[in-house]
Amino acid sequence: MTEPLLQVAGLTKRFGGVIAADAIALDIAAGECHAVIGPNGAGKTTLIGLLAGELAAERGSIRFDGRDITTLAVHSRSQLGLARSFQITSLFADFSALDNVALAVQAHAGHSFHFWKDARGEAALREPAMQALEAVGLAARAEARVDRLSHGEQRQLEIAVALATKPRLLLLDEPMAGLGPDESARMVAMLRRLKGDITMLLIEHDMETVFALADRITVLVYGRVIASGDPLAVRADAAVREAYLGEQDAHHG
Amino acid sequence: MKAARKVLGVALPAAWLAPRAALPAAVLLILGLVPVYAAATGDAFALTLFGRVVILAIAAVSLNLIMGYGGMVSFGHAAYLGIGGYAVGILWKEGFASGFVQWPVAIAVSALFALVVGALSLRTRGVYFFMITLAFAQMVYYVAQGLDRYGGDDGLTIGSRSSFAGLVDLNNATQLYYLCFALLLASLFLVSRLVNSRFGLVIEGARSNERRLRAIGISPFRYKLVCFVIAGALCGLSGALLANHTNFISPAMMYWTRSGDLIVMVILGGLGSLFGPVLGTVTYLLLEEALSRVTEYSGLFLGPALLLVAIFLHGGIEGLLGAGSRD
Repeated sequence: MTEPLLQVAGLTKRFGGVIAADAIALDIAAGECHAVIGPNGAGKTTLIGLLAGELAAERGSIRFDGRDITTLAVHSRSQLGLARSFQITSLFADFSALDNVALAVQAHAGHSFHFWKDARGEAALREPAMQALEAVGLAARAEARVDRLSHGEQRQLEIAVALATKPRLLLLDEPMAGLGPDESARMVAMLRRLKGDITMLLIEHDMETVFALADRITVLVYGRVIASGDPLAVRADAAVREAYLGEQDAHHG
Repeated sequence: MKAARKVLGVALPAAWLAPRAALPAAVLLILGLVPVYAAATGDAFALTLFGRVVILAIAAVSLNLIMGYGGMVSFGHAAYLGIGGYAVGILWKEGFASGFVQWPVAIAVSALFALVVGALSLRTRGVYFFMITLAFAQMVYYVAQGLDRYGGDDGLTIGSRSSFAGLVDLNNATQLYYLCFALLLASLFLVSRLVNSRFGLVIEGARSNERRLRAIGISPFRYKLVCFVIAGALCGLSGALLANHTNFISPAMMYWTRSGDLIVMVILGGLGSLFGPVLGTVTYLLLEEALSRVTEYSGLFLGPALLLVAIFLHGGIEGLLGAGSRD
């Protein structure tokens, strides 16, 4: 069997006395959609931060595509093909939607020490950017400034920006956060289209979404992996039922 | 995508030709006609006053590049005026009168200084960046004060303007003015190209959301540093012009209040808009001049005026003209 695209072993991170990541082990095979679920405070966003490189791990290792990236900077990880969307939308708010995506394309088209040519006139940047907008259904809003987009559109743009970097692994931090039912449904449909082409690590609260998309599921509770496997097995897992699924409401808030 | 029209083989953003460009165009036209007016009326002072406007507009344009587009609020920009001016003055004193030596040295030393300041300050943000740039500028100020050979605190009167082997005669006030004016136009053109290039998008991205920029794979430091150096070099040129304009250099050129003036000019005109700094410089210096004629306490009126701009006019004068300042 080939080596998993992402291999996480013993990943540990503390904030003061709180263990946000407790010796997390996680493998993601190329092409799979892997969901990480867990109650609030389980350390899901910490995990994304560690994988994307914004947080430094205390212990443990992260291997991506056969390479140890544990201490690599955020931008270097992006260059290797690790992209993320933010739970709380983080975009270039005073850029147009298209400029947001085009800058992501540009970031992966060599260095940006080009001082003279009009970057907005470069087809090599604009066309792939437009395709990424089309992929998320935002093509009609290409010229709109981000701060004039609706929340749902901004969530879509988050995905488009990540896609524009041609990622090999997409880290999705609660892509449905704050979306209405219709918008959520559209987002799920879009992620389902991407599935298979792009390896995904999906963090999500909404169980319906998770079971609709995930090939495998890892359950985090208090920074620790309590179960990992295919959706049916995880759903049936007694520890998971006790710690999370059955008591979901009790843990919310 | 905005339509671009070709002018003299160069694609200009359509915005340049829109009605909103009317005021900047009119201001540039007036600036271009000042020597004609001065010659017709014999008003030599107009040439002196507007020469100063044009030269400091170049400094404001350079500050706008880092502050308006790049979000790097430097509170030490006048240091480059001083370094550029002192390069001219010191070289003249040491017997190098050629502008072909003086000006490249003024630009190079300014760029080098910017490289050092930038390398040390650009890893910090906000108020820390502000303080470090201020500290460096004050350091240069005190160094200049200590240069007894070059006048120390009193400054140095420069005996002759930079010579350009007969190409232009800077002792001719009109020629000096037009050279400065041409360099202002060139600076505007340079900045307009820069900010719309790939480099410019990274710079604006760094101002807008550095975290996002890293997440898409760009580490902003080197780009910001290069931008900082370009702005320093351009302001150094402005300093070289200023020394020629006044035939005088002194530490006061780079006192911290001068850095403050430059910031005010940029904000007054409209942060991050191409012509904003020019409009801001014209407004600020003419207002200052007019007020100084009627009252000793011009600051008493300038202050509240700026307060009003800060409160009501976020886009500065450029913002008043309608569309958003960034396009």
